Amino acid sequence: MAEAGNTARDAPLLTVRDLNAWYGESHVLHGMTFDVMKGEVVTLLGRNGAGKTTTMRSIMGILRKRQGSVIYGGKETVGLSSNMIAQLGIAYCPEERGIFSSLSVRENLTLPPVLRPGGLSLEEIYELFPRLLERGASQGTKLSGGEQQMLAIARILRTGAELLLLDEPTEGLAPVIVQHIGEIIRTLRRRGFTVLLVEQNFHFAATVADRHYVVEHGHVIDMIPNSALEANKEKLTTYLGV
Amino acid sequence: MFELLGVPPQALFGQLLLGLINGAFYALLSLGLAVIFGMLNVINFTHGAQYMMGAFAAWMLLQYAGLPFWVALVVAPLIIGLTGIIVERLLLSRLYHLDHLYGLLLTFGLALIFEGLFRKQFGSSGLPYQNPLPGGVNLGFMFLPWYRGFIVMFSLVVCLGTWFLIERTKLGAYLRAATENPQLVQAFGINVPRMITLTYGFGVALAGLAGVLAAPIYSVTPVMGANLIIVVFAVVVIGGMGSILGSIVTGFGLGIVEGFTKVFYPEASNTVIFIIMAIVLMIRPAGLFGTQR
Repeated sequence: MAEAGNTARDAPLLTVRDLNAWYGESHVLHGMTFDVMKGEVVTLLGRNGAGKTTTMRSIMGILRKRQGSVIYGGKETVGLSSNMIAQLGIAYCPEERGIFSSLSVRENLTLPPVLRPGGLSLEEIYELFPRLLERGASQGTKLSGGEQQMLAIARILRTGAELLLLDEPTEGLAPVIVQHIGEIIRTLRRRGFTVLLVEQNFHFAATVADRHYVVEHGHVIDMIPNSALEANKEKLTTYLGV
Repeated sequence: MFELLGVPPQALFGQLLLGLINGAFYALLSLGLAVIFGMLNVINFTHGAQYMMGAFAAWMLLQYAGLPFWVALVVAPLIIGLTGIIVERLLLSRLYHLDHLYGLLLTFGLALIFEGLFRKQFGSSGLPYQNPLPGGVNLGFMFLPWYRGFIVMFSLVVCLGTWFLIERTKLGAYLRAATENPQLVQAFGINVPRMITLTYGFGVALAGLAGVLAAPIYSVTPVMGANLIIVVFAVVVIGGMGSILGSIVTGFGLGIVEGFTKVFYPEASNTVIFIIMAIVLMIRPAGLFGTQR
């Protein structure tokens, strides 16, 4: 991992060690182990059902039945409830986006409370996502799929969270919107956010990420720095079965 | 004196007022049920008993502490709300991961226990509570007792206030969001279990408030809630389970319908709400204001 990232960014913000998780009786994560350095954009790549979303939900504490260690900013979070984990500075954008239909766009955007300093202001968010200002009074779920995805990302930028968990933000979206989301993730990286990204589309992942973890059967089987992606393309294709 | 549809106006407006008063209670009680159901997904069968406890709390505050009605109007709902919070923390919160039926059984059992305790302590015959606003005004077409007018206005204000709180404020946005997706709202850093507790406390306090309002006009008895709550559940079914605006509009509306039925066809006045319920269930099973969930 020495070649990953530059030296200014190599303080681990998130350390996941031997993380196990269960949905009811079914054991889904079998010892996930990886790190995310401060300021990095890291992806979890893998096939459907490999455990990427479960990893996100376990880190966030939404999935309570978990064992092992998730250390964020020096603090053990396994055992904490999700609202306490959010207070530490982790924010989650779920795969299904989670836009509330009984709330307007503006209400959706301002719903997550500001928990820590350092988040984006509403003005800055509207600068990044002008459509959300125009559609402020609309019902949240009346937005197009792409707009809903923007809203789901935008609303966790205000809270002061430093680590953003983005679960397949490009899923089902048109190429031009995928490009736009790529630009946004690069902007967030420049602004000092740390991003853990779940992706199936490694062509997209290659345009935004510093490193990639390959997940299979609930644990990490490989780590590929973005610079080495071309050299490992064949291996990756086998992993992902594409 | 003129007549409307063969009915003297005094009788017509008198029944209209009675209907409005009943409607005020239907609205307050079904509103509390709607708030609780929306957030907890629990049909609170203790609601009638909590209404009764509100009336008894007002009576006890007067008897034992000498506190007048206007003080009880604030204090009694707080006390009843607090008992609700205890019930939620101690019992209800342990059932959320189980089938809805368990919440229903628990709250129904609690209602029987509360009513039994009050019957043992105070007997089944009613206790009197003095009208805090005696007298009234003759409007020409009818006589309006001050206190009854107050009930209708006050209940309307409380209902609209609750609607505003839930539909138009930041706190209400949290409630609406948590109704849709509690896990995600909690992952945004909000203490959802505490919000659920307070919501139950608030819904129960509304029942207690209705009980205080009822004390001066209905006799304060352990079964006063059991009798009323059956009609209120019909109102909730007609309005649509969990709809805030629905419970307010349906509550007042059905009170008025009931009042008019008393004028034009008294034999049906006790059943008209259930007939409407049957018709609504046939045409719109989710209720007039409800959405399928």
